[in-house]
Amino acid sequence: MNIKKNIALSDSGYLFNPSSGESFVVNPIGIEIIDLIKQGKSFGDISKNLLQKYNTDEATLEKDYFDFLNMLRINQLINDEEKNN
Amino acid sequence: MEKLRYERPTLKKLEAGMPGKFGMPTSLQPTTHIDGVAVKELIDEYGSPLFVLSEQTIRSTFRKAQRAFSTRYPKVQFAWSYKTNYLSAICNVFHQEGSWAEVVSGFEYDKAIQHGVAGEKIIFNGPDKTEKDLAKAMQNNSLIHIDHLDELYTIIELTDKLNVKPKVAIRVNMDTGIQPMWDRFGFNFENGQAWDALNKIMHTNKMDLVGLHTHIGTFMLSANAYGVAAGKLAELAIGLKQKFNHEIKYIDMGGGFASKNTLKGVLLPGYDISPTFDDYAEAISTALLNANFQQDHLPLLILETGRALIDEAGSLLGTVISNKRLSQGKRTTIVDVGVNLLFTSFWYEHKVTPAQPFSQYSEETTVYGPLCMNIDVLRENINLPLLNKGDHIVVHHVGAYNMTQWMQFITLRPKVVIIDMEGKTHVIRENETQESITSFERMPEYLRKFD
Repeated sequence: MNIKKNIALSDSGYLFNPSSGESFVVNPIGIEIIDLIKQGKSFGDISKNLLQKYNTDEATLEKDYFDFLNMLRINQLINDEEKNN
Repeated sequence: MEKLRYERPTLKKLEAGMPGKFGMPTSLQPTTHIDGVAVKELIDEYGSPLFVLSEQTIRSTFRKAQRAFSTRYPKVQFAWSYKTNYLSAICNVFHQEGSWAEVVSGFEYDKAIQHGVAGEKIIFNGPDKTEKDLAKAMQNNSLIHIDHLDELYTIIELTDKLNVKPKVAIRVNMDTGIQPMWDRFGFNFENGQAWDALNKIMHTNKMDLVGLHTHIGTFMLSANAYGVAAGKLAELAIGLKQKFNHEIKYIDMGGGFASKNTLKGVLLPGYDISPTFDDYAEAISTALLNANFQQDHLPLLILETGRALIDEAGSLLGTVISNKRLSQGKRTTIVDVGVNLLFTSFWYEHKVTPAQPFSQYSEETTVYGPLCMNIDVLRENINLPLLNKGDHIVVHHVGAYNMTQWMQFITLRPKVVIIDMEGKTHVIRENETQESITSFERMPEYLRKFD
């Protein structure tokens, strides 16, 4: 699973999908997660990274991470070779 | 190193449709404090959900209404509509401001007496007054507003039994040009029912006809309808003077003034379209002053406004239970405030704000209550910042009808507190407990045991 290569994401969180022409807004933590996914990090690495930085707990982060991933999937922003990842 | 405030990741699709003709700004401010008291502290101390009433807002709203009418008409009297909110502390704030009591049942009547309201300052409306209720009101010299002929005949019988001459008014319904026309209360003006009732009262000579009353509707967005109604009641009053040389003492315009809430299906928010007290006062006062009353014999103007006086003073605090997604990915937020507490969510798009600071990111969500019932929807579609489990919300303008029409259903009803003029909080109704509900139940002996 990775973010589709042609997806453009600006530093301010403007995301553009040239295949569909759709635009999105991503908040700062969403940008961080997308960047970490692009770097090929696993959920374990991403979770560790974010828990060090943000004031939240593991369960909340896990729930929100997979919800975010689902939204990326629903909006066809990720390549899903491994569907159950 | 101090950790950063967590906000859940969000992805929001930008949709460039046609802007709505009535497009509203979506800027939202958090409601961290009510009258200087922190929402978080209120919930920590009294629990969630929690109803909060602002005494400051009640008094200032009342004074605004009083000023709107008394600067236009010389004799004005407000009567607090008990059914709108009959918590004793709330009633007494209005009584301290000079309001009489307007009640619509024996229960409400007794409550007004318990509060110490003098009998002659209680207006008794409503279609269901028992013989016992009527007898009590007659002996206390209260103002009985007759709703139908059966009630009129019961009163006539009671005057002989009790040997008192009660003070009465009739309730008059009429066409004021608005739909739906409320014609279920009282006697109709246009078809002559009102005159039939007045003739009967005058000819029996067993009652003191002191007033005329109308209740033309609820959440009335047209102030002019009140002008029409006041004109028709004035016409009856002047007719009584001509026909029987009898002067009534007051004209009671009932309630129905709109609050600043936004009705479902209405494009513009209540703040923009609800008439102000000045609009209502102008319409009513102008109609009465233009009628052919002698200037030194103007009737007292009574107003039974409820909703517009208390709605804005009430807030309902709640807590986020969970964020979920529906099958198509639609965001939903479950909070601990249900329609069992917030009856008015069936007809208002209540304003909901978070009680803690948030970023500029927001999302469309449906706000559900905690009940295991499909109808438990607080807001079908609302743009809210990214709320987390445990975050607090404030539902605004809930002072009218919710604390009387709420029901004990699935969950127990919470505490109600008032914030006084000095910013101190007082519990004015305790939360229910298991005991408060089960103590009313009785178990037949044969049902006590099971395997």
